Amino acid sequence: MPDVVLEVRDLTKHFPLTRGVVLKRQIGAVHAVDGVDLTLHRNETLGLVGESGCGKSTLAKLIMGLEQPTSGEILVQGRNLAKVSAEQLRRARRNIQMVMQDPYTSLNPRMTVGDIVGEPFQIHPDVAPRADRRRLVEELLDLVGLNPDHINRYPHQFSGGQRQRIGIARALALRPEIIVCDEPVSALDLSIQAQVINLLERLQSELGLAYIFIAHDLSVVRHISDRVAVMYLGRIVETGVDTEIYDHPTHPYTQALLSAVPVPDPLLRDRRDQIILEGDVPSPADPPSGCRFRTRCWKARELCAQEEPALVVRDGSPHPSACHFAEERDVVHTTGQ
Amino acid sequence: MSGGVNELGVPVTVLPVVPGLDPDADLLDVRDLRVEFRTRDGVAKAVNGVSFTVRPGETRAILGESGCGKSVTAQAVMGILDTPPAHITGGEVRYRGVDVLKLPAEERRRIRGNHIAMVFQDALSALNPVFTVGFQIGEQFRKHRGMSRADAKRRAVELMDQVRIPAARQRVNEYPHQFSGGMRQRVMIAIALALDPDILIADEPTTALDVTVQAQIMSLLGDLLRERRMGLVLITHDMGVVAGIADDISVMYAGRIVEEAPVRDIYARPAHPYTKALLESIPRVDVKGRELNVIKGLPPSLTRIGTGCAFGPRCSYAQPVCRQDPPPPRYDVDHRRTSACHFWSEVTGGA
Repeated sequence: MPDVVLEVRDLTKHFPLTRGVVLKRQIGAVHAVDGVDLTLHRNETLGLVGESGCGKSTLAKLIMGLEQPTSGEILVQGRNLAKVSAEQLRRARRNIQMVMQDPYTSLNPRMTVGDIVGEPFQIHPDVAPRADRRRLVEELLDLVGLNPDHINRYPHQFSGGQRQRIGIARALALRPEIIVCDEPVSALDLSIQAQVINLLERLQSELGLAYIFIAHDLSVVRHISDRVAVMYLGRIVETGVDTEIYDHPTHPYTQALLSAVPVPDPLLRDRRDQIILEGDVPSPADPPSGCRFRTRCWKARELCAQEEPALVVRDGSPHPSACHFAEERDVVHTTGQ
Repeated sequence: MSGGVNELGVPVTVLPVVPGLDPDADLLDVRDLRVEFRTRDGVAKAVNGVSFTVRPGETRAILGESGCGKSVTAQAVMGILDTPPAHITGGEVRYRGVDVLKLPAEERRRIRGNHIAMVFQDALSALNPVFTVGFQIGEQFRKHRGMSRADAKRRAVELMDQVRIPAARQRVNEYPHQFSGGMRQRVMIAIALALDPDILIADEPTTALDVTVQAQIMSLLGDLLRERRMGLVLITHDMGVVAGIADDISVMYAGRIVEEAPVRDIYARPAHPYTKALLESIPRVDVKGRELNVIKGLPPSLTRIGTGCAFGPRCSYAQPVCRQDPPPPRYDVDHRRTSACHFWSEVTGGA
């Protein structure tokens, strides 16, 4: 059994919807994350995919401790972060860092690269003595493939890909074991994406990092992930190792999502099993009863409205799938092969 | 293009047609188009001699990364560049044989919308937030066809049905913010289709959308193209989307078309190092494992494009000849495809 570095148990986050200015009344709640379980092992990448509004970024914020959960537990190396003292929480946070989506807005334009990458040392002064910090920052820049001589430059002097490297160097400063990457390459151009993906993979094998890799690009997630969890309206609907999800998906939503991903090969045109979903994602303020996907699902029956399917191994699915009628269907490769 | 009476029996005002249109000429023929932006920091040469053609019912993809000049090309064809700072410094944009760059403003305006229409990337900022979507779709009919408000609105409902917006009759009175991203993009498509153009220019039409919505929009566009035999110019950076819809591809880099080919050829056997490197650098959903190829370095700044091949400094095939003036010419790889690389035959595998 490999070491579990992060465990999330039945995590829920509801954002209240209020009416009135002075006398606020709660009239409902946005169910952003609703009963999510996850485990993350050392040296492993867990991909989290789903469409916008499915709760994946809220989940990242909860794991980072940037939002307080409504209920549920987050255990970092077995310790529940909600129950530790402020001092312990501060220490525990070193272990879990984040790489943000937009390298243009997540770096302070008035700080030099040295100050940005070195800022974690100011917040956690006991990690590195003041005299060593400049050297450590230079080492970090070198580690992510930037020229250490550029330590006094400002973010605007770097390209998008280089800025994302600065963000990665900052996340590595406190030698964390877990890095939450929230859409780390989606703002980058094609030829630059590959540079950053390869860097993340190299750092993982050199430093033994565990990644939670959040992205809407399923091709990128497949490339980098060991395991994948698919989210829909605040819940995980299917989870498994990458081949289970991509080559043998059993949940209808996963199948629809995968079939919609364009494959860069014109020979596959009209030869893939494409599922075009009707309509839009329902509002998370008023999720459907039972299975949340049933309003767009072609398999939905009465049972789906009454009973919420659990995320478990089933007859039709050798890996956990939250569908009463889970059944394998290959939607990624050509049909009739 | 514009008949006397439409399907509903509503009379349609016929505008004077642009003189000289030749129905047998290519639908769209762009030749050696050049655009530069004159700024305080110098002259940025955004488009440096771009040529391509579009035939009825065919899709031409213009593929490239941000800053390669693909959107500027689209805007120049459409005639919506801001001048200044942009200046078209050369080339021709022939619509059915007529060079629209030489037309007076009023005739140009008749081409725009009536014959060539455009779908923009970001539907939320392209639509006006203070008017209903019905009003904005109907604007085409009022301005270009002189219809009354009531008739224009009736036509708007029809169009919303055609782009498969559910409950069009009710939603015609709603505002853009009441629509989801995918539905807003459908409204944009409805506006573009309103006057029955024969060329549609779509600038990254699905980039801001989720994959399932992207699939909906691309399948809608595909159906509309077939039904109406429109020519589509698809501006995109997504090699997956291109593989699904395009007939021909022009790959742009630093304001030039570096490779042009039918879609199957380019994916099977790219003839320019840039195209080849791009194809090797993207992960795929249907296969796993292969390490991603990295294109080292960055695209050149458009204010300082040097002599020789613009991709040279990043290219693994580069030789001293690539740095010499002038940039590589368009070599004919075969009768339907070209490559702007001295070493195209080595790139295709030495065959």
